[in-house]
Amino acid sequence: MSARKGQKRVLLQGNEAIVEGALAAGCRFFAGYPITPASEIAELLSMRLPLAGGTFIQMEDEIASIGAVIGASLAGVKSMTATSGPGFSLMQENLGFACMAEVPCVIVNVMRGGPSTGLPTNPSQGDVMQARWGTHGDHPVIVLSVSTVQDCFEITILAFNLSEKYRVPVIILSDAVVAHTREVFTFPHAREIQIVDRALPSMPPEWYIPYEDSPSGVPPMAPFGEGYRYHVTGLVHDVRGFPTQRPEEIKALINRLFRKITQGFHEIQKVQRFMLDDADVSVIAYGSVSRAARQAVKEARREGVRAGLLQLITLFPFPRSSVESVLKQCRGVVVPEMNVGQISREVKRVNRWECKVEKYNRVDGRLITPKQIRQLIFKLGT
Amino acid sequence: MDKKGRRYEVVFSGSGGQGIILGAVVLAEACGIHDGKYVCQTQSYGPESRGGFSRADVVISDRPIDYPMATEPDLLLAMNQTSCDRYHPELKADGLLVVDASLVSQIPAGRTVAIPFTEIAREQFGTEMVANMVSLGAVVQLTRLVSPSKLRAALTARAPQHTADLNRAALNAGIRAAKKIDVACLENLGAPEEEDV
Repeated sequence: MSARKGQKRVLLQGNEAIVEGALAAGCRFFAGYPITPASEIAELLSMRLPLAGGTFIQMEDEIASIGAVIGASLAGVKSMTATSGPGFSLMQENLGFACMAEVPCVIVNVMRGGPSTGLPTNPSQGDVMQARWGTHGDHPVIVLSVSTVQDCFEITILAFNLSEKYRVPVIILSDAVVAHTREVFTFPHAREIQIVDRALPSMPPEWYIPYEDSPSGVPPMAPFGEGYRYHVTGLVHDVRGFPTQRPEEIKALINRLFRKITQGFHEIQKVQRFMLDDADVSVIAYGSVSRAARQAVKEARREGVRAGLLQLITLFPFPRSSVESVLKQCRGVVVPEMNVGQISREVKRVNRWECKVEKYNRVDGRLITPKQIRQLIFKLGT
Repeated sequence: MDKKGRRYEVVFSGSGGQGIILGAVVLAEACGIHDGKYVCQTQSYGPESRGGFSRADVVISDRPIDYPMATEPDLLLAMNQTSCDRYHPELKADGLLVVDASLVSQIPAGRTVAIPFTEIAREQFGTEMVANMVSLGAVVQLTRLVSPSKLRAALTARAPQHTADLNRAALNAGIRAAKKIDVACLENLGAPEEEDV
């Protein structure tokens, strides 16, 4: 393994790597409530955050947890919480508030089987659509997925960076397999890590207009307590943050919330292409399932099938153009998921070509195996 | 690992509270951190904190690992009868089964090593708690997955300071017990034919 001199190598769990990523990204506030299979994130941050000059609070429930996260972020501190399905359901209302008030925050959902309390110790990918549409109303949100320990570190940093840059909640979807897989992780040097901080106002407090539009659509964000007084509400508001019912102001706000994200598609929509250049059968996968898919693709290649893998890092905004190029090129695409079919709907939605889209679903609390995916590749490849 | 770059899969299994996962973590740390191999350690368990089932997989390879779990284990360690019955069918045809002879009485046919880990732990160290380290020592001695010195280094780094001596002694007891067994002599007989009986 290529470890450069002086770099620390450790055996880390996915959950532990998320903690390392968050700290590296500058997260200094965590509020949460323990829940399997996400508890290690809170456990570790309860020790690490105070040492880094940050704050850890165990709240009375998940509703309060995300409330505290929003408050801390408004005060200018990079903040996060971590939970699993049942807790993520409780967070939906305040998640909408964060979208509306444009409060940067990172929410990790380590997916377990559902619905309800479901299967606490088993993996699932059942919360994909909830992550996109769980809170009510038209709202933009960024959803990222992780598949390895390395991912957990890097994508947590990416989540903070995107959240800060676009002033939008970013949801990281992990699952019980990724969370509890231990792998060797080599810490990168601090100078190799790129960190993005929210834009601060450059004008004096009396000139500050908190929700004023600009070419980027992302207004600078003043931390509370430094003299910039403004109003924050979940109601539709005008550029000064006060409730409005005027159609032109409503329209301008909602359109800006979406425009700031669509303008950033080029850097938000992340995928990983593997052996796709000459592929005629492909797998589109994300999270822990993409690890099974990668192995299946390698095995199918050895058997002479030109297989490839498109691994989705960003699930929403759905990386349409990357998916379309695969659909255009291949005669068959397999979408394996640990749910009854959520991303496969999106893939089918954007399929305008002759490509056959086959979904493969497993909902028994077990990870899909390479063999199961390989069989589907062969079926579509012959 | 006989062939270079080959994927080697180990499954540790037993009941919650037997230290199954810790054994797997120490092995993964020895191979991954101290020996520079690629490793993936995963686990599955029931919602109970004691009792219930517990299983931990370690995949070791010279190349990056895609699928993180064992699909056809090369070695299965069964620390009780339930896990032996439950996971034995997954074992590779020429895979090695290692059972705790103190707790597994019905042993399936095939390449099997039976060592009374729990008994050794109780009699030599006065506590069953270190049976996992006795079994880990034996597994490493039988497979030569990593050198005993690297295993000991990983254990020292992972186990709490005040238990270091006890754990190291338990590991050595497992290595000693396994030295008496020659794995090469274990033939894969498969299921006996009717006329052989």
